[in-house]
Amino acid sequence: MIITVKLFASFRAGRFDIETRDYPEGSTVADVADSLSLPQSELGIMMINNRHVKLDRLLVEGDTLALFPLLGGG
Amino acid sequence: MDKIARIDMGAAGGPKVTVSGLGDYAGLGGRAMTSLIVAAEVPPLAHALGAENKLVISPGMLSGTVGSMTGRLSVGCKSPLTGTIKESNAGGQAAQVLARLGYAAVILEGKPAGDDLYKIVINKDGINVIVDNSLKLLDNYPLVAKLRTEYGDKVAYMTIGTAGERKMLSASIACTDPELRPTRHCGRGGVGAVMGAKRVKAIIIDDAGVTMRPAKNIEGYRDANRKFVEGLRKHPVTGEGLPAYGTNVLTNVLNEAGGYPTNNFKTGQFAGSSKISGEAQAELEVKRGGSATHGCHRGCVIQCSGIYNDKDGNYVTKQPEYETVWSHGGHCGIDDLDTIARLDYMDDNIGVDTIEMGVTIGVAMDAGIIEFGDRAGAIRLLEEVGKGTPLGCILGAGAAVTGKVFGVERVPVVKDQALPAYDPRAIQGIGVTYATSTQGADHTMGYAIATNILKVGGDVDPLKTEGQIELSRNLQIATAAIDSTGMCLFIAFAILDQPETFQALLDMLGSFHGITMTGDDVVALGKRVLSAERDFNKRAGFTKYHDRLPRFFYDEPVAPHNLTFMMKDEELDDLFNW
Repeated sequence: MIITVKLFASFRAGRFDIETRDYPEGSTVADVADSLSLPQSELGIMMINNRHVKLDRLLVEGDTLALFPLLGGG
Repeated sequence: MDKIARIDMGAAGGPKVTVSGLGDYAGLGGRAMTSLIVAAEVPPLAHALGAENKLVISPGMLSGTVGSMTGRLSVGCKSPLTGTIKESNAGGQAAQVLARLGYAAVILEGKPAGDDLYKIVINKDGINVIVDNSLKLLDNYPLVAKLRTEYGDKVAYMTIGTAGERKMLSASIACTDPELRPTRHCGRGGVGAVMGAKRVKAIIIDDAGVTMRPAKNIEGYRDANRKFVEGLRKHPVTGEGLPAYGTNVLTNVLNEAGGYPTNNFKTGQFAGSSKISGEAQAELEVKRGGSATHGCHRGCVIQCSGIYNDKDGNYVTKQPEYETVWSHGGHCGIDDLDTIARLDYMDDNIGVDTIEMGVTIGVAMDAGIIEFGDRAGAIRLLEEVGKGTPLGCILGAGAAVTGKVFGVERVPVVKDQALPAYDPRAIQGIGVTYATSTQGADHTMGYAIATNILKVGGDVDPLKTEGQIELSRNLQIATAAIDSTGMCLFIAFAILDQPETFQALLDMLGSFHGITMTGDDVVALGKRVLSAERDFNKRAGFTKYHDRLPRFFYDEPVAPHNLTFMMKDEELDDLFNW
């Protein structure tokens, strides 16, 4: 299935800003993070289609997954 | 910090300085000091620009010590913008220097009768109030440049630009950074107008010949500070994200979450967001020979700021903050960092709150004065503010006034203070803080974004109402306490997540005063401050019906989540329940 993956802040280093990627059916957020060598301990904010999700969330065709490290500001 | 200076600007025969002990205000600092003094001494029905109002300047409880992150200064008064009590704070060097000179508070009282403009020089020998009409109508950068020729580079300056002199409701008070740039502003609530009303243009604070404030328990303080710094360095937000990208790292986060107010709160996502994001900004700053990492005061280990240069490598401004990039950027449909940086410089120079001014320009765009996305138009409008033209004076009075003058219905203010960069329909928790804060709409008063969006210090769903009241209440209490310590508010990210770092903060407070501090003591301090502020507002005529968002947030759903602000009035009324 085709998933759009967006990476932000330090996650972009050596990877990409945005890519359309193919994953097997039944893949989770954790599977995507693993495929990109993003340690789960460094994942701060995870969103699918603008909504926060957890690591075990199943992806479906056409989803946009955004992954951020822990961030703050304001 | 064992004394309070009162400067009666309206005294017969010229300003009169009286220095006394701390009395009822012993042990206080920062927001606790300013709010308790204003609540006790300013008549709530006073006109904010009149002689009865007081401008209280107070370093935090730990300012002026060897402790890291302790450079926050509080300024308090009755706000001319909101009519509520006001505490507005900034980094920069002023807090450290003023604290070392021993002043727990400097209070400007009264109002001179004539047109003379004053500067106040504070040093180890005392306080001098001097007429200096040569400073009239100077903006902050040329003003500080002129003062430096007389007072040099080893002092801290607090100044107002022309906006403060003209008593505009968006006027700020600038504090200089370590390189003496007037870039750290007590921005919110028009505190610069109160300083202008008292005819004080500049405060020069010189700590030559004085030393750091010593802790009662020197070893304990040093040890606690070391643990505190370790905690800040190891937390991803304070140790990595903020130093590398600054506060503007939030642009992409809020846009992705659908809570990024765009074109005056018409939608929750901005097509140009990636062009003005923290990632893009940091890359540009480094490429142009500026810096993506800079501290606003000595002793800062987070270094969230930076230096923004133009394409030729010349300094334009300090790294614009997330709120500024939003207010002048997405809120106005502007997707160009150079335009935003130019506007940030102009805000700092004229001396206006970047949130209030950006939001106001967006409201003016909604009124059709200029089009959304009009870069040159936005600069032109801000130039009008700097010149003090009739249009400039309207805009300088802020979003609420501008909306009324031009007949705009969608005016994002609470208690007449402009909303910051988070849509309360997509992030219900921050809406609770906007509605109920003692200060008008202000994200820093109870930063529910941390828990709703950033997932720091817990996890509350931003699109639901459950848990938001309790969250905002607890954050407002904790914030009121942190605002009193002199600590930069960004330490909150680390202390919310890391119990040992919170303990280190308690140990710093305790060992400094030779006592034991507990979490309960912090909560009690926060509640004491909020209760005093809330009581002042009540006596000034504010009721629960003022603790509401503008109507359009209740009846206009915002994309992409297509939600309205759903918190019930009775829930909001339950926030201050102690």
